[in-house]
Amino acid sequence: MPLTVELVTAERVVRVEPGVDVLVVPGSEGQMAILPHHAALMTTLDPGELVMRRAGQEDAFAVTGGFLEVRNDRVTVLADAAEPFEEIDAARAEAARARAEERLRLYREGRAGDLDVARASAALQRSLMRLRIVQRRRRPGPPRV
Amino acid sequence: MATIRQLKRRIQSVKNTAKITNALQLVAASKMRRAQDRAEQSRPYAQKLRVVLAGLATQSSEDQDVARHPLLVSRPVSNIAVLHITPDRGLCGGLNANMNRSAGTFVAMQHEPVQVVAVGKKGRDFFVRAHVHLAAEFTDLGDYPSQADTLGITRLIIDDYLAEKVDRVYVSFPEFVSTATQRPTIRQLLPIEPPAAVEGEDEAQLADYIFEPSPDVVLAGLLPRYIEMQIYEAILQNAASFQSAQMVAMKNATDNAQDITRELTLTDYKARQEQITKELLDIVGGAAALEG
Repeated sequence: MPLTVELVTAERVVRVEPGVDVLVVPGSEGQMAILPHHAALMTTLDPGELVMRRAGQEDAFAVTGGFLEVRNDRVTVLADAAEPFEEIDAARAEAARARAEERLRLYREGRAGDLDVARASAALQRSLMRLRIVQRRRRPGPPRV
Repeated sequence: MATIRQLKRRIQSVKNTAKITNALQLVAASKMRRAQDRAEQSRPYAQKLRVVLAGLATQSSEDQDVARHPLLVSRPVSNIAVLHITPDRGLCGGLNANMNRSAGTFVAMQHEPVQVVAVGKKGRDFFVRAHVHLAAEFTDLGDYPSQADTLGITRLIIDDYLAEKVDRVYVSFPEFVSTATQRPTIRQLLPIEPPAAVEGEDEAQLADYIFEPSPDVVLAGLLPRYIEMQIYEAILQNAASFQSAQMVAMKNATDNAQDITRELTLTDYKARQEQITKELLDIVGGAAALEG
């Protein structure tokens, strides 16, 4: 029996997909693949790529962190933000990366006093993650592992 | 008695007003559908979060370390904050007045000093007039606030609470019951009172979960998001409530304008008829005088 995956954020239901054979998620303890008949699990997620594989098809999503619950072959992903990779705005991610790097640079040079470093580096991480997914998926090439 | 010309002018003026209220009604109706749709979209996330948190909290209440998460701990109250969420605009019937009365009464009833964080101009203006201490204000969130717009509010609330500037936080918002009813509601945000377990089965099975990295870490991640979600939900309900209250208010205004138009038109006809009768009498009288 395949997995039923619900990917939801506070703003919208991103995808409800019955019939997923493998779900790959960016767990906070490392990437993991979830197969049918998985034990009940609750974990936090890091920013990264979430992939649903089913019947020779693959759907990729960018997730910026959140929670994942597995129970009885039902997987619920409570994401902070999530979008199908087709919807990723590469230009926006690039702009966010530049902004975050600029902020961190200013901080290292001691020119930015009251700076929220944690926020800037989290933003940097998110934008890099999006850019990586876009680069990997949109470029035609050999099949990915 | 108004002259016919005055009556005509009055009728035209009422009709013009009706056109405007009718347009506003249609706009509000379509915005209301979108606002309700957004509230609908956020429900699965909210529901899931509640179930998980209810389970975790009941489980952790036996575990002393987890129960001591700062957002769960209730401490002696010396300062209170009220997050007052209202629309930015009026023309929505009694909604703003009801909201402000409810929150105003609540604030007045507290024994400890209260500071208000206002979201929306109508609530802000009310507390400014009432000389209540405003800690912060957020306005112009727009008709369809996004979650990102609300994160700054959540951050401020949680930071103030963790810094012990306030020891208890309430949220006041217009609960969207139906298109016709919006209920001013006040709920406690902090310290978090874990939602009561929804279904028995979820609670029973939660003990069997594998937690990564650990239950404490998962709980510590869930709690701020629970606050985030509650605030976001309240703001969405505020948006939906405002649009439906405005739609209903504008519908009433349009109906009233049509009633007035009908009455005035009748008066106008009567006046004209009277005038014609008078003229006829004059003519008949004149003719009779000539013949005589």
